Amino acid sequence: MLRQATQSAIDGPAVEAVDLVKDFAETRAVDGVSLAVPTGSIYGMLGPNGAGKTTTLRMLLGIIDPSSGTRCVLGRERPIEAAPEIGYLPEERGLYPSMQAREAIAFMGALRGLPLREARGRADELLEQHGLGEWAKKPIRTLSKGMAQTVQLLGAIVHRPRLIVLDEPFSGLDALNQGRLEELIRREARNGATIIFSTHVIAHAERLCERIAIIAGGKVVFEGRVDEARNRLRPIVRLRTRAQEGPWLSAIPDEARLEGDELVFELPSGGPEPLLKALIDGGAGIEALAIERPGLHDAFVAIAGEAAAAAMAEEKPQ
Amino acid sequence: MMRFLRSALVIARRDFAATVLSKTFLLFLLGPLFPLIFGGVFGGIGASVANSRERPVVAVISSPADFARLSAARDRFAESVDDNAVIQLTNFAPEPNLAAQEKKLLATQHPPVQAVLTSPFDNPHLTGAIQLDGTTARQLKLLIDSAEDVSELPQPHLIVTPTRSTSGSLSKDRTITGQAAQFALFFLSLLLATMLLSQVVEEKSNKIIEVIAAAIPIDAMFVGKLFAMLSASVIGLILWMSAGAALIASLKGSLTFLPVPAVGWPAFLLLVVVYFAMNYLLFGAMFLTIGAQATTVREVQIMSMPATFAQIVIFGFAASAVASPNSPLAISAAIFPLSSPLVMVARAAEEPEIWPHLAAVAWQLLWVGLIVRLGASLFRRTVMKSGPRGKWWRLSRV
Repeated sequence: MLRQATQSAIDGPAVEAVDLVKDFAETRAVDGVSLAVPTGSIYGMLGPNGAGKTTTLRMLLGIIDPSSGTRCVLGRERPIEAAPEIGYLPEERGLYPSMQAREAIAFMGALRGLPLREARGRADELLEQHGLGEWAKKPIRTLSKGMAQTVQLLGAIVHRPRLIVLDEPFSGLDALNQGRLEELIRREARNGATIIFSTHVIAHAERLCERIAIIAGGKVVFEGRVDEARNRLRPIVRLRTRAQEGPWLSAIPDEARLEGDELVFELPSGGPEPLLKALIDGGAGIEALAIERPGLHDAFVAIAGEAAAAAMAEEKPQ
Repeated sequence: MMRFLRSALVIARRDFAATVLSKTFLLFLLGPLFPLIFGGVFGGIGASVANSRERPVVAVISSPADFARLSAARDRFAESVDDNAVIQLTNFAPEPNLAAQEKKLLATQHPPVQAVLTSPFDNPHLTGAIQLDGTTARQLKLLIDSAEDVSELPQPHLIVTPTRSTSGSLSKDRTITGQAAQFALFFLSLLLATMLLSQVVEEKSNKIIEVIAAAIPIDAMFVGKLFAMLSASVIGLILWMSAGAALIASLKGSLTFLPVPAVGWPAFLLLVVVYFAMNYLLFGAMFLTIGAQATTVREVQIMSMPATFAQIVIFGFAASAVASPNSPLAISAAIFPLSSPLVMVARAAEEPEIWPHLAAVAWQLLWVGLIVRLGASLFRRTVMKSGPRGKWWRLSRV
């Protein structure tokens, strides 16, 4: 309701940060982060642990103040003023263990300005929708980790926020719940919410996001559409031929490598047509040819560097 | 402002419900009973031991008539002072061998004979384990003299006309009322405000602090927590006061034996409640600020002892000002925010003006606000790491 009423009032980005810097004692955790999250989009923040994602999100939410730089969230320079229109799932999940599930959701809604009675009603609805109706009056400590995490997520959306910020939301969830969460994110986006989530699992971002920011070493090394990130790499060609030698070899780049009986190389700048013509005319005898678009992971490796990619790989993917 | 208050109310409601609806709150309510139970048990044991212990006696070897005179004098004397303070007498008829009888009596253990008195009115002689200038000898001399006088002089009758108090005694009684109120306030604050040291540890250990910090101003969380515990304390206070008043009323018949405070009972009781709230809020805000820096229960426990000592020192400062409420010391103690409620509650018992209390409450509220602001700022800076920590803090964490 709140979301629909004020949606049209926002023309610019839902969230905008300009040159955010955060220093902790002698450590610079975030170093000049600038980004713009379009209203109504699903926006991913990618990067290994320690890259500065959580600190950036905390600054955007007003939990901590930046050492320098500015931020504007839902049209307000002080994020706490926009708090009733924001939902937040922190990386470190936390609930009062003795609180009932519905009360925990209602409490989080009330914190965001929702009247308690209405919050309780919505909590019951949400718990039913997510198959936790029978757990509504059970204390949090009796719930499984996945259930408790779902309760906290429902607490982040109970007040129907215009902006939902999820810090590593897939962490700790099994495959089934990850799928449910992806669906929930899509549904909230369809309803008009802007969603920002951080993750170190690229597959989630690839499936969900329209735009991403890749953060490494406290800096944004890429910010833009997922397609743009992928387009930074040329398509990959996989070729299997009958002929081992011949004039067609002159069309293959020097960097090509052999994987099994396939030649693998980047599509030359001329595109597929000149390559195909050279192969046919040169008597390659094409048995199989595939042109693959690079994945976001490849783009991430190319953009953030091998070190960041290795750090991501070391973390436990979900 | 409305949003701030609404946010504080959400926190207060959660904390209040979590406190009052927990089983441990019953223990909290029963807390003040424990000193009373201990007092009763140990008092009973003490009394029992005292009663079972036989008191030393003076054996009087005399005719029954002489002993009756001496015993009558003793009883008259005992009416004027505490009976326990007057020596006990036991009569023995003279035997032919007086020296042997004396020796035998001095060796008697049941009753334990302290001394033997012979011929009390003819040729009194006291033998036993006594100092010549001691109480026993002097009391016996007084009793013998008194017994002789009674037989010779007419008995004057003392007419007694009691008054409720003199103006000198009223002033002193009011000071005692002030001291009692001050002590009650100190004791309750010591009991209750110290609990606030551990209030934020729950949120920090449950990791819910980040959800709260993202949703509402930290100041609102502090205010909510303060008022939640104040409300829980007021429930306890009402229960304890009612139980105490009922107990006193049942023991004494009514509460009118207490000296009337200068501002009158209704205003005084109201001021006691207001100053309790102020004292609680001031110390509570300070302890909440200090406790919020702790990350574990162990750290809170370490902090609680210096916090208690600080309260005792401030109580000592306030208590020294009770006797003269308009002295420079009393006025400075009334201005110093942390001792102000303690001093002003005593003043309410001693001085009739109301306006200083209005000014004091406004002053104390201002300081509650300032401490909350400072606490929230410190919390954001040191705990939420929203700003550089001072060197002292980093050193303290080594």
